[in-house]
Amino acid sequence: MKVAVLKGGRSLERGVSLRSGARVEDALGRLGHEVLALDVGADLVERLNSASPDVAFVAMHGVGGEDGTAQELLEILGIAFTGPAAAACARCMDKAQTKHTIRGAGLPTPDWFAFNETAFRELGAADALGGLEQSLGFPLVVKPSRGGSSLGVRFAASAAEVPQALISAFSYDDRVLLERFVEGRELAVSVLGGEALPVVEALPAKGDRYDFEARYEIGRTRFVCPAELSESEQLAVTEAALGTYRALGCSGFARVDLILAEDGPQILEANAIPGLTDTSLLPQAAEAAGISFEQLVEQILDLALNPAAA
Amino acid sequence: MSEVPPPPHRRRAHTSTRDLERYAGLFAERTTVMRSSAMRDLMAVTARPEVISLAGGLPDTSTFPPQSFAAQMTRIAQNSAAEALQYGPTEGFEETKDCIVEVMGAEGMLVDPHDVIVTTGGQQAIDLVSKTLVDPGDVVICEAPTYPGAVPVFCSYQADVIQVECDEDGMRIDKLEELLGQLAGEGKRPKFIYTVPSFQNPAGVTMSLPRRQRLVELARLHELLVVEDNPYGLLRYGGEPLPPLYQLDGGDFVVYIGTFSKILSPGIRLGWAVAPPPVMEKIVLGKQAADLCTSTLTQYFVREYFAEGRWRQYIEDLVELYRSRRDVMLEALHEHFPAAATWTEPDGGLFIWATLPEYIDTGDLLAKALRADVAFVPGQAAYIDERGRNSMRLNFSGVNGAEIREGIRRIGKVIAEQVELYQALTGEQPAAPRQVAAPDGADVLPFRKTGEGRG
Repeated sequence: MKVAVLKGGRSLERGVSLRSGARVEDALGRLGHEVLALDVGADLVERLNSASPDVAFVAMHGVGGEDGTAQELLEILGIAFTGPAAAACARCMDKAQTKHTIRGAGLPTPDWFAFNETAFRELGAADALGGLEQSLGFPLVVKPSRGGSSLGVRFAASAAEVPQALISAFSYDDRVLLERFVEGRELAVSVLGGEALPVVEALPAKGDRYDFEARYEIGRTRFVCPAELSESEQLAVTEAALGTYRALGCSGFARVDLILAEDGPQILEANAIPGLTDTSLLPQAAEAAGISFEQLVEQILDLALNPAAA
Repeated sequence: MSEVPPPPHRRRAHTSTRDLERYAGLFAERTTVMRSSAMRDLMAVTARPEVISLAGGLPDTSTFPPQSFAAQMTRIAQNSAAEALQYGPTEGFEETKDCIVEVMGAEGMLVDPHDVIVTTGGQQAIDLVSKTLVDPGDVVICEAPTYPGAVPVFCSYQADVIQVECDEDGMRIDKLEELLGQLAGEGKRPKFIYTVPSFQNPAGVTMSLPRRQRLVELARLHELLVVEDNPYGLLRYGGEPLPPLYQLDGGDFVVYIGTFSKILSPGIRLGWAVAPPPVMEKIVLGKQAADLCTSTLTQYFVREYFAEGRWRQYIEDLVELYRSRRDVMLEALHEHFPAAATWTEPDGGLFIWATLPEYIDTGDLLAKALRADVAFVPGQAAYIDERGRNSMRLNFSGVNGAEIREGIRRIGKVIAEQVELYQALTGEQPAAPRQVAAPDGADVLPFRKTGEGRG
């Protein structure tokens, strides 16, 4: 089969995407597929048209590849592709939208407020900050609405720290979230073809948060998979993740990140195109389920070509 | 020529989680302090052709005449092919050392060639000096900010790195004295003091003569080594040349590091260290273990290049080019950066260091700048702690004047947006431009206020 691997692009997660892409290409090669590696740029449509692949493996992260843009193009070109469809990608990419959708579906997610830059510049939203800080409490989390890999995520311990955190978050996106901080265990549930894989727990090294660097550096964060969960915890976590997957309209695969608080799981976000690097969570979860990376890649391709099978 | 098929190669099996854990268990303790960074990942984006990168530290090698390059290589092939392809002495060829003595002489230094070792770039010299002198936990003192490439070297030998703040006249020697006193009280003796005294990377500042004299005095008094890294000394665009520390000290307590990277080519990977004989002996052993000898071929290249006798002229050409680029950048900064920003006005070298209002994190700003297709180095890279978060390093040697102007305009625009947003968030009026010297204990390099001329 001729498989086009879409990777790179202009997003800030270009580096991660190139690593994911390279790993996928390698696996595809082993599986005997013909691989067309595409560092996504202005000539994407032209190259796809001239190569006419049987299927596209989307290994892009962040804006451009994970937000539905590339998927939209692939839909227009009539090329089957891996992972969720354009609309679901768009919902996953924008955390404000994600949270609206899942709360609408009755799933738990920490309280939040979302703001556009214009709200502050033109509508005096700054005057509303005090009130919402009071309702969310401190510390609170400030994050860009669209963006991945924890880039631009800041914790504000007091009102004085909020403006600076907002400035940082607004560097990545023109919409940001202020979210209630929930204390608990950091879990990631990867969903493959509508089924939950073993849960991964991230245990950052002493004092660290699970930030960008902790995520991609071998040895910085310890991952436990499967996470040690009681039966009821396991059930609650898995149901929350699968509910999120369905509510967002995902297909193929996705990864749901959540916090397991004392009173149950709180969903933080869903990743339409989870990382596939050496230190990424989806491959780790698959491995724990006895699925090798090659098998994972093959299964993802199958799901793209036979969506009904899921 | 027919196309050569790629050689057969092995496809390594995928690294499994178990492998990662297994390898992680084998890693040396020191690798835990070797950090990759989010910034390095963001830098993957700067490679896009549409990005104007003021992030590099690259000299402009396009100015080197290809004919001259071809002629030198031809002469090497005709006259010394076998020797140029052979191993060489660990210390380097005598002829290379003659070139080095000549370069150092151009800055007023008198050197015994026996004290010189040719290294694979100045970077290896930093590594070898650290390897020779640093045990885990030893104190190494450097400037704040310091050359970002030196930090990982010190860390890989598990040094306890302490940074001493700089101002417009380079490292604050009064602060250094305080620190030395404090360390002595704790029974600690720093292994060396690392400094880039002229046109510092990243700050662009130059250590004043009185401070140079005092630093050398202190080294003598406390019998400490000073490691003087001087890659840019000959790239002076204004002001009077100052004597290198090596010259002031005579080479007893100063280990000198030089390089051909900025005056000829970084691609030839040729640098050097000059050290007192007992230190040199150990450095040579370290070099032997590291890579036996520096590339013979590029040493021949340098020899041929110097034999042509035009190296001084080439540096003069570079000086003229970089001076004009520096001026363009300063002008553009003045035009496009907000009043609350400050920056250094270097007399030489490759870099300007700009500092923004405290609420702007330049690591995050880089993400915004990259969307505007421009890049710089966030200041945090030059610190081992959390300092420098609101500063940035700007390079003016690697791109042409038009790009510098446009690059600075774009950065200025994203900063202005953040400043405006902050004002909207806090209701604060635009901050008054910061006046010169920061109070004692200030943790960032204090700067001349915007636009104020250099006396």
